[in-house]
Amino acid sequence: MHDLIAITPLGGTTAQTDSFPGLGISEQPNWALASVSARHGQVATVHKIAPSLIGTDLPEVGKVSCGSEMAAFWMGPDQWMITAAHDAHEDLANMLRTGFTSSASVTEQTDGWARFDVEGENTVAMFERLCPLNARAMTKDSVSRSAIEHLGCFVICWAAGHRFSVLCPRSSAGSLHHALCTAAKSLG
Amino acid sequence: MTQINRLAGGQVDQTKTLNFHFDGAAYRGHPGDTLASALLANGVRLMGRSFKYHRPRGVLSAGSEEPNALVELRSGNRQEPNTRATTIELFNGLTAQSQNRWPSLAFDAMEINDKFSNFLTAGFYYKTFMWPAAFWEKVYEPIIRKAAGLGSLSQQDDPDCYDKGFLHCDLLIIGAGPAGLSAALTAGRTGAQVIVADEDFAFGGRLNAETIAVGDQSGADWAAQSTAELGTMPNVRMMSRTTVIGAFDHGTYGAVERVSDHLAVPDAGKPRQILWRIYTQRTLLCTGALERPIAFENNDRPGIMLASAMRSYANRWAVTPDQQVAVFTNHDDGHRTATDMLAKGVNVAAVIDTRENAPKIADCELIAGAQVFNAQGRLGLKGIRLRTQDGKERVIRCGALGVSGGWNPNVHMTCHQRGRPAWNEKLAAFCPGGDLPQGMLVAGAAQGDFSTAAALAKGAAAAAAALSDIGISASVQAQPQTEDSEVNITPFWYVESGNGRAWLDQQNDVTVKDIKLAHQENFRSVEHLKRYTTLGMATDQGKTSNMGGLAVMAELTGKSIPETGTTIFRPPYTPVAIGTFAGRSTGADFRPTRLTPSHKWATEQGAAFVEVGMWLRAQWFPQTGETHWRQSVDREVLATRKSVGVCDVTTLGKIDVQGSDAASFLNKIYCNGFAKLAVGKTRYGLMLREDGIAMDDGTTARLGEDHFVMTTTTANAVGVYRHMEFARQCLWPDLDVQLISTTEAWAQYAVAGPNSRNLLRKIIDPAFDISNDAFPFMGCGAITVCGGLQARLFRISFSGELAFEIAVPTRYGDALMRQLMAAGEEFDVVPYGTEALGVMRIEKGHAAGNELNGTTSAQNLGMGRMVSKKKDSIGSTLSEREGLNQSDMLMFVGFKPVDSNEKVTAGAHLMAKDTLANAANDQGYITSAAYSPCLGSSIGIGFLKNGGDRKGEIIRAVSPLTGSDIQIEVVSAHFIDPEGERLRA
Repeated sequence: MHDLIAITPLGGTTAQTDSFPGLGISEQPNWALASVSARHGQVATVHKIAPSLIGTDLPEVGKVSCGSEMAAFWMGPDQWMITAAHDAHEDLANMLRTGFTSSASVTEQTDGWARFDVEGENTVAMFERLCPLNARAMTKDSVSRSAIEHLGCFVICWAAGHRFSVLCPRSSAGSLHHALCTAAKSLG
Repeated sequence: MTQINRLAGGQVDQTKTLNFHFDGAAYRGHPGDTLASALLANGVRLMGRSFKYHRPRGVLSAGSEEPNALVELRSGNRQEPNTRATTIELFNGLTAQSQNRWPSLAFDAMEINDKFSNFLTAGFYYKTFMWPAAFWEKVYEPIIRKAAGLGSLSQQDDPDCYDKGFLHCDLLIIGAGPAGLSAALTAGRTGAQVIVADEDFAFGGRLNAETIAVGDQSGADWAAQSTAELGTMPNVRMMSRTTVIGAFDHGTYGAVERVSDHLAVPDAGKPRQILWRIYTQRTLLCTGALERPIAFENNDRPGIMLASAMRSYANRWAVTPDQQVAVFTNHDDGHRTATDMLAKGVNVAAVIDTRENAPKIADCELIAGAQVFNAQGRLGLKGIRLRTQDGKERVIRCGALGVSGGWNPNVHMTCHQRGRPAWNEKLAAFCPGGDLPQGMLVAGAAQGDFSTAAALAKGAAAAAAALSDIGISASVQAQPQTEDSEVNITPFWYVESGNGRAWLDQQNDVTVKDIKLAHQENFRSVEHLKRYTTLGMATDQGKTSNMGGLAVMAELTGKSIPETGTTIFRPPYTPVAIGTFAGRSTGADFRPTRLTPSHKWATEQGAAFVEVGMWLRAQWFPQTGETHWRQSVDREVLATRKSVGVCDVTTLGKIDVQGSDAASFLNKIYCNGFAKLAVGKTRYGLMLREDGIAMDDGTTARLGEDHFVMTTTTANAVGVYRHMEFARQCLWPDLDVQLISTTEAWAQYAVAGPNSRNLLRKIIDPAFDISNDAFPFMGCGAITVCGGLQARLFRISFSGELAFEIAVPTRYGDALMRQLMAAGEEFDVVPYGTEALGVMRIEKGHAAGNELNGTTSAQNLGMGRMVSKKKDSIGSTLSEREGLNQSDMLMFVGFKPVDSNEKVTAGAHLMAKDTLANAANDQGYITSAAYSPCLGSSIGIGFLKNGGDRKGEIIRAVSPLTGSDIQIEVVSAHFIDPEGERLRA
C-alpha cells in the first residue's frame, strides 16, 4: 500500500461542505471515473458486456443508469462515463479495460474531474444564476452538459428539482466552487 | 419643504415618510413615490438641464420614456449618472443631484449656449470649427464635449455586484398592464410555465394611473387582485422591476431585473441587478403605448408634460405639478386628464383642443379649434399663449400643461429582428407589422387596441392562441365589464412657430427647425435625418420624439408618414449599466483559474506565480536572501544542471488516443512518422496546419499497440484537441479512433538533472528498472511508486539534461511533490519554475510558443526533414509550397552578444552590421532571449534569413522599442550539450 496522502480538488484532506438557506453544496472526492468509448462496429458488444461489468445497462442519450455499485452516464455518441466509489473501485479503469477487452477504449478519468453535489429546495434557483441549462425541467437520472463559470461541466439530476451533481475539470474546482457559493449567497 | 402639491389618495403610503435630498435640499416623500413624483409633490418642477442648450427642464413623462429629468443618483462610489427621476423608487436617505449644469440648476452659466442657438443648429459641428484643422482635436472638440453632455462618472470602482441568470418558460408576457395580466391569468390557469415581466415596481400598467373601473372595482384594485392570484400559481413567475431589453434570436430575450435599486444599499451578497436571458417558446408583447407630445414654441418649459403623465401623477402618486393646470390635445383621451384633475380638486383652466368639433368632456372651459403656440416661464411654466379658432391670441395662466398628441403603440420589440411597423390611419400611429420575431404575439395597446375592454379580451385570447401553438389548451374566461371607448383623433404634430423653436427631441435638443434644416440640406431619409440632427439618438432612443420628427419630415417631403418610415429599433429598450452586462466576470473573477496539483505546496514555498492561459504556474521559488527574480532563476537553473530539479508540467495538454487505427490517425496528424513507434517508446512530433505552417509540437508515448498519450503545449491544449476531434469526426470518420482529454487526470512532474535517476530510484518501486539500458532515452511505461501507486514514467527532456517526467493520479500530486523534495534532499534538489524552464529550453535550443508563432514552417524551425514524404499528413503538401522553401528563408539559429555584458532582447529585429535599421533591411527577428547562468551571458534564439549558413557572422539586433542596438554573433541554437550526451546518459 502506497504512503501518499490524497488531497481533494479544493486542496483539503477532507471534503468541503457549505450550507446556505435551502441549499447544501458538498465536495465529493470519493468517486472513481472511467470513460468508455465503443470502438467501430462494437457498440452492440459494449452494450452486451456492460451489465455484467457495471451492474446496469448503458444509458441512452442524456440519461444516467444506476447499478448497485456503479452508475453510467451518457457523454457523447457511443461514449459513457462509468462512476463508482473510489475507495472500493480505485482501479475502475483497469477493471473496465479488462472487461470490455478490445470492444471499447477505456480511459482513466477519476482525477480529471471534480464533483460537487448540490441539494435542497433552492438548487434550481442556483442553477438559474449559473448556466443556460434548464435544470427545472431535468428529470431524475438525466444528465446534460452546460458551461458554468466558463467551464464545460456535466450536470446530473438525481432527484428532480432537488438533488444534482456538477462535474467540472478538476484544476478549476476552486473557481466552480466559488461560483456555486456565490450563486447560492445571491439568492433572495 | 412641505409637500405643497400632494393630493389625497393615490397608491403611496402617506402614513409613512421618506426623507431625501435633491441638489442638497431636504425633501419628504412617501413609500410608493418615484423621485419625480416626490419632487413634484414638493413643488419642484425644474429637475434638469438639456444636453446642448442647457435649457431648464422638468419631467415630460411618468415612465421610462423620460427624456428630461435625468439625475445623478446616490453619491460616492455608487453615484450613477443619467438615471430617470421618473423610474427611481424613493427610499429613505436617497440623494440625487441635477447634472450638466454649472454652478447650479437654477443658474447655469452654460445656458449661454441657448443664446447662440443659431450657431449650434443640427450638424453644426460638420460646418463650423473647421479652421485651423489642428484645433479640432486639441481645442474645439474638448470644449464642445465639456459644454454638452449628461451626468458624470464617479471614477471609482462600483462596489455592487451583478448577476447573470437564465430562465426557461412556455410563455413570456412582457408588460403587466390590463392585457398582460389578463393574458397571465389565462395562461397561468393552464399550468404552463409563464413569466410575466414588467419594468414597473407595481403590476397593473395604466390601470394604476387611471380612474377606470374594471368590473365592480377600480382598475388598480383589479390589478392587485389579479397579481395576488398569479402569485399563488407556482408555474407563474412574476417579475416586477424587470425590463425586457431585447428580442434576440430563436425566442431568446434579455431582461434586466433591478433587484436592489430601490434600496439604499443592496443586502450583503445580493446583486444590485440581474441580467436574465429568457428562453421562451412563445412571447406575448403587452407593452402598451406611449403618449406623444405636440411641439410648439417653448414647449419644453418645466411644468409642460404629457397629459397621461399628469393624470398618472395625480391618480397614482397623489401629486399635481401645480394647483392650476391646463390641457392641450387633439383627441378625446386628452380630456380624461382634465376630468381626473378636476376630480382631484385641481383647478383646470381650460382644455385646448385643436379639433374644431372637439366634444366637451370635462367640466371646465373647452377651447376647440385652438392651438397653444408659446409658453411663458423660464424655470417653470407660468402661462401659455394660444391662438383661438377666430385667430385671436389669448394667455392662460397655469403652472402645468398636459399635452397629448395621441398614442404610439410600443412596437419597439416587435422590430428587434428588423421587422417594420405598419401605419394605422385610424389611430394615426404605427402598429406592429407582420414580420414579428419568432414566436411573438402582441396584444393590448401595443397592438393598437387602446380600450381597456379590448386589452383584457385580446390579452386573454392571445395567451390562449400562443399556448395552443405549443399544444397547451387554454380556456378563455369572460372578462369583467370596463371602459371600451373608441379612438377619436385628428392627427396634429406641431404648431407653426415662425422663428421660434418647437422642441421635438427634448433629450438631444432637436427642434422642428432642425428637421426643416435637414430637409433643406437634403438629409431626407429618416436614417440620414436621425444622424444629421441626432433625433432619437439619446438614451431614450426618441420614444417621445421620433414620431413627431418623421411626421414633420413627411410633411416637408410631401410623402405620407408610412412612406417616410421609421428608423430601426434596437435593443436595449432602456439603457443598461455596463456592470450589468459584465455580471460576476470582473476582477479576479473575470475568468476561472486552473491550479496545478502542486499549487498548495508551491504557495507554501512562497512561489511567485504567473498566469499561463488560465493556469497559475510557479514562475520561480525565491529563497531567503534573494532580492531579485534573476537570482532565484539562475540558482534554479544551475542547481538543476548540476544535480536535480523538479518542475510541475501538469499544464501540458494530454490527449488519450486509442483505437485500432490510433497509429494511422497520429500518422496523419503529425508530419513525422508515428505508425512504427514501438510500444514503450516516446517520440517528438510536429503537427502542421493545413497550410503547412507549424501548429503545435509535443511528445507522444505509445503505451500499447492501440493506445497513445499525446502531449501538447499548454497554450494549445484545447486547440489541438479540437483540431483532432475535427479530423476524427469529419476528415477520417472511418478510422477507429477514440479521443479524450486527460490533462487534469494526471499530475506530471519533470525531474531533470544528472541526479534525476538517483532521485527517482527512491520514489519508484524497486520492481521497475530505470537504468539507461532498461529505460533508455524516449522510453515510457506504466510503473508504481511509493509502495504501489499506479503511475506513468516518460524519459523525455525539455531541459537538455538527463530527465524524466513522472505522472500520478492528480489527487496524489501534492504528496508526490513533497516526497520528491524530501527524497531529493541528499541531492540538493530544487523546485524550478517556468522562468528556469524557459532559460534551460533556450539554452538547449528547443522551440516553444514564441517560435511556433503561427508564421513559421517546419523548414524555418530546422525540422524540414521531419516532414515525411512517405505518407500524407495534414499540411505536408502545402509545406512544399515554393514560398515556404526559398533559399534565403528564415532559419532557426542562436545568437549571443559580441560584448557579453550586452543584453539580447526578444522581439529585436536583425540587421546587417552597416545597414540602416528599417523594414527593407530586416533579416529576421529574435523570438526568445534569456540570461544563461551557465554561459554567463545573455543569449537568444530566433529566425534569420539563410541563418543555417551564417554561423559566426556578426550582425545587429535592433529593438527600437527598448532602444537597444547591439552586435550579436550568429551561433547554433544548441548552446548546451549540442550532441545530446547528457539526456542520453
